[in-house]
Amino acid sequence: MSVSARIFFVGGAISYRALFNWIQPGMYVATMLGSPLFQILFFTYVGRYAGSQDDAFFIVGNAIQVAAMAGIFGMTMGIANERQYGTLQPLLATPANRLAIFAGRALPFVVNGIAVSVFGFVASWLLLDFRPADGSVPALAVAILVTTCSCVALGMLIGSIGLRARDVFFGANLVYFLMLLVCGVNIANDDLPGWLGAIGRCLPLTHGIEAAREIASGAPLGDVSGLLATEALIGLAYATAAYVLFRVFEAEGRRRASLETY
Amino acid sequence: MTARLFGIGWVFHLKSLTHSLFFVLVSVLQPVIFASIAFFMFESGSQTGTLLYLALGAGLMGIWSATLFGSGGAIQWQRWQGTLELMVGAPPPLLALLLPLTVATATIGIYSVAGTLLWGRLFFGMALDFEHPLTLAVALPATILSLGMLGLLLASTFVLYRNANAFSNLLEYPVWLATGLIVPLSLLPGWVTPISWILSPTWGMRAIRDAAFGGNAWPEIGMCIALGLVYLGLGALALRNFERLARTRATLSLT
Repeated sequence: MSVSARIFFVGGAISYRALFNWIQPGMYVATMLGSPLFQILFFTYVGRYAGSQDDAFFIVGNAIQVAAMAGIFGMTMGIANERQYGTLQPLLATPANRLAIFAGRALPFVVNGIAVSVFGFVASWLLLDFRPADGSVPALAVAILVTTCSCVALGMLIGSIGLRARDVFFGANLVYFLMLLVCGVNIANDDLPGWLGAIGRCLPLTHGIEAAREIASGAPLGDVSGLLATEALIGLAYATAAYVLFRVFEAEGRRRASLETY
Repeated sequence: MTARLFGIGWVFHLKSLTHSLFFVLVSVLQPVIFASIAFFMFESGSQTGTLLYLALGAGLMGIWSATLFGSGGAIQWQRWQGTLELMVGAPPPLLALLLPLTVATATIGIYSVAGTLLWGRLFFGMALDFEHPLTLAVALPATILSLGMLGLLLASTFVLYRNANAFSNLLEYPVWLATGLIVPLSLLPGWVTPISWILSPTWGMRAIRDAAFGGNAWPEIGMCIALGLVYLGLGALALRNFERLARTRATLSLT
């Protein structure tokens, strides 16, 4: 294995274990499984009461959106906690490939996000009688993968900002809740005021959720390839912006000797 | 003396919490976002719920979140800040020092109600017509006080678990659901109803809605106060147990 590949895989795994605060079993079950489950139940019941859409609309929207919990909060912790825990300076003193360091951190959170999302779908199948169209599961898995990756990219961006910002978790929380509003999770994008819908279309999740809903109702993967490609491109744009910010803040931190100052 | 201690402590913690960005998020921004989500869901649906109904429900959701996150980790936070030993070592009972904090976390929830009402008024022209404004002026503090005492119970029991934050994360949505803040209990499985009876936000929400839309809110206000006293008694017992164990085992400052 090349040095960069080792940093990507081993460094990413170690970083996940060291910096992801919710990895302890009790914490993980309550936060990464319990909370998403109740989020799905809550919005499904609100949806039933409001009478706006059928159960599947809210189940698919929220079961995909909960992947953002791992993607955004996890990835934010994976980068910004280096600074908070005082390990940023030693990390950046190494000659390691920065792209490998940065991208390697994303992989465990992608896996984690997929696991949380799959749990959300399985729990909905058990508790809410959710039944996706026959044969739609593989395509649904593709939608989950693409959407989780783009959410992790957004988390990377927030994490990079955390190398400079004082309270990055405020931003992560705010973004997470705003996504519930503008990304078509519980309200169809067309039912939002134009400007809110436009914000949603520039964020990860929106196109992925739309694709997942169509897949769950029977559309083949080919029919939603445009939506998934858009979702992937949005994710790529956020990941690129995140990496650029990471390098800019690293250079700035070295120049001003302010890597770990608040 | 105790009243003075409570008053000073409450004001101090209220100011302290107001300066926390996290509590601004939980008590102001989050309820407004959830109120917006509910509003758009209702607008595109068939349910004829009023905006005021949603604004009050989302406001109470914020009170619960502020209490849950503020009180659930109250002792742990004092421990991290190194002030827990000082609180336990001070002459007044620990209960008299902790209660102002937990009531302050619930009081922060006032921002939620104010925020969601202001949101409805400014963005959607919502009329602030309350049927019984004076009753509302009693129902809201009664709800906040009972939640503050529930907060004391949370604080004194969550401290026994290392992953108290996880409990806080876990309990936010279920209590929103089980207390009928947005969704009527009649839509939920029957076994949820008895659980709702022992949660004061259920009675607080009913009292506030009765006061706002017309109805007799006083029985619900009475239930809030009664439940608050039960929480206070249980919280005091749990707190005494925690203090005894921490002194015996010398684990007060250990996380």
